[in-house]
Amino acid sequence: MIEETAVQMLYVLSAILFIFGLKMLGNAKQARQGNMLSALGMLIAIVSALVSHDVLEWQWIALGMIAGALVGAMAARLVAMTAMPEMVALFNGFGGAASLLVAWSEYHRYTTTGEFMDVSVLSLLIVIVTILIGGATFTGSIVAWGKLSEKLPSKPIQYPGQQFVNLLLVALLVGAAILFAPLRETVNIDSYTLVIATIILACLLGISFVIPIGGGDMPVVISLLNSFSGMAACAAGFVITNNVLIVAGALVGSSGIILTNIMCKSMNRKLSNVLFSGFGSGKSQSGGGFQGEANPVAVDDAYLMLEAASNVLIVPGYGMAVAQAQHAIQELADQLEANGTEVNFAVHPVAGRMPGHMNVLLAEANVPYEQLKEMDDVNPTIETVDVVIVIGANDVVNPAARTDETSPIYGMPVIDVDKAQTVIVMKRSLNPGFAGIDNPLFFNDNTRMLFGDAKQSTQGLVAEFKD
Amino acid sequence: MGMMLVFVLILASFLGFELISKVPAQLHTPLMSGSNAISGITVVGAILSLAGTFVAGGEGVRIVLGTLAVFFATINVVGGYMVTDRMLSMFGSKEDSQ
Repeated sequence: MIEETAVQMLYVLSAILFIFGLKMLGNAKQARQGNMLSALGMLIAIVSALVSHDVLEWQWIALGMIAGALVGAMAARLVAMTAMPEMVALFNGFGGAASLLVAWSEYHRYTTTGEFMDVSVLSLLIVIVTILIGGATFTGSIVAWGKLSEKLPSKPIQYPGQQFVNLLLVALLVGAAILFAPLRETVNIDSYTLVIATIILACLLGISFVIPIGGGDMPVVISLLNSFSGMAACAAGFVITNNVLIVAGALVGSSGIILTNIMCKSMNRKLSNVLFSGFGSGKSQSGGGFQGEANPVAVDDAYLMLEAASNVLIVPGYGMAVAQAQHAIQELADQLEANGTEVNFAVHPVAGRMPGHMNVLLAEANVPYEQLKEMDDVNPTIETVDVVIVIGANDVVNPAARTDETSPIYGMPVIDVDKAQTVIVMKRSLNPGFAGIDNPLFFNDNTRMLFGDAKQSTQGLVAEFKD
Repeated sequence: MGMMLVFVLILASFLGFELISKVPAQLHTPLMSGSNAISGITVVGAILSLAGTFVAGGEGVRIVLGTLAVFFATINVVGGYMVTDRMLSMFGSKEDSQ
């Protein structure tokens, strides 16, 4: 065992490493070292914890760590880049579960040592809060994982009285917390029953919280759950009075809120609206369909258009991830460049199912990041673009967001591809996207619809270039 | 002691807000999974929950809870850092890949 002061100094060191690590994660050139620094901080924190006590149930700790490290490492290595959103959701959920278990274990210690009646009301409330955040993060993340991996329907699941059920759950949780802490001496209810009830209620709340949220809103939900897992760790830090948990948890909690806010702004929606409105639940029949006919185009004609273009902008969306078309599209970009065409990619901040989803996929396909443009960089000059290729994107290029006040996405900043000279939309059919919102872009005079699987269409175009 | 911890909480929260306010969109995913890995810090809590002298009677429960907590938090930590590194290793500019 080493001295308490030394342990605290090591915790401070690891907190500093977390702070620098996070800072560097926000900068493209330093991000990888930043992640390493943060991992080093974690290692120091873990080793400090291991040496801080004489008596440890070391064989159990070793079992948990070795098994966890194996599972974590395998998952991180084997996961396909397209499955990244659900992987992040799952890791997140495990963090929440761990915080819940830490609080539960601490409560169990109160009961076995007979301390329960002597612990302050505040400490007991913190135990309950940790269980609540940890449990809701756990099941909420599991539901998000299910939706993202299509094991659960990604459409919003709604039923009558949903808000009432949520309110009831919250009321029951508050009631349990009051009976558990301030009223524990006056009311004759077994405290263990209350803890178990809280765990169950928290888990139910997490499920009922995420289940009505649609797949397209997942970038917001994932970053919010990420923030919650930080808050759960922070709360667990209060339970066991540990500084490094509080600092690291608070950093994650607040940075997660910032990211959530960025996502909401990119959709021009309030967080409350994302969470409680069940967006895209089928009540958005605005406009009643658009007049005019879509102009289909075949691969060879699309090739001629691209072949003649001097600059091309590619706008990817979730459909690119579904079709796993990122490598094919990169190959097409190479062919275009070899043909003397300037190629850029425009990525909408909420394209895909998690923040930055498209960037990860394009990076996997070796698209250099100089070619990746943000929405605000491409919109001012989009009139000068000869051909825009929209691959699997829908709502993020919907001009109705600018023009149609009745559209559910009215006011959301979009990539104004309709203003370009020509737009080629790769899509399976004319069906609206997940949100069920009509897209007038498909019926514009300068839009050509290239129907079919995006990957096959792209490979067809590449083949034309090679001939 | 309690107030001191609240003080730490508030300062760390503000620091978190400041650190993340300007991040390019292409780094959103690594930032999220990297910070997700940090939230696995709860592994320290899990380890400490298995520290100290376990008196006989009812302690099996704490060992089960603590071991599970260590297990889940370690998945979060190891998986989170590795997957973030894997993603970041793919982010490159033209000069890097040539």
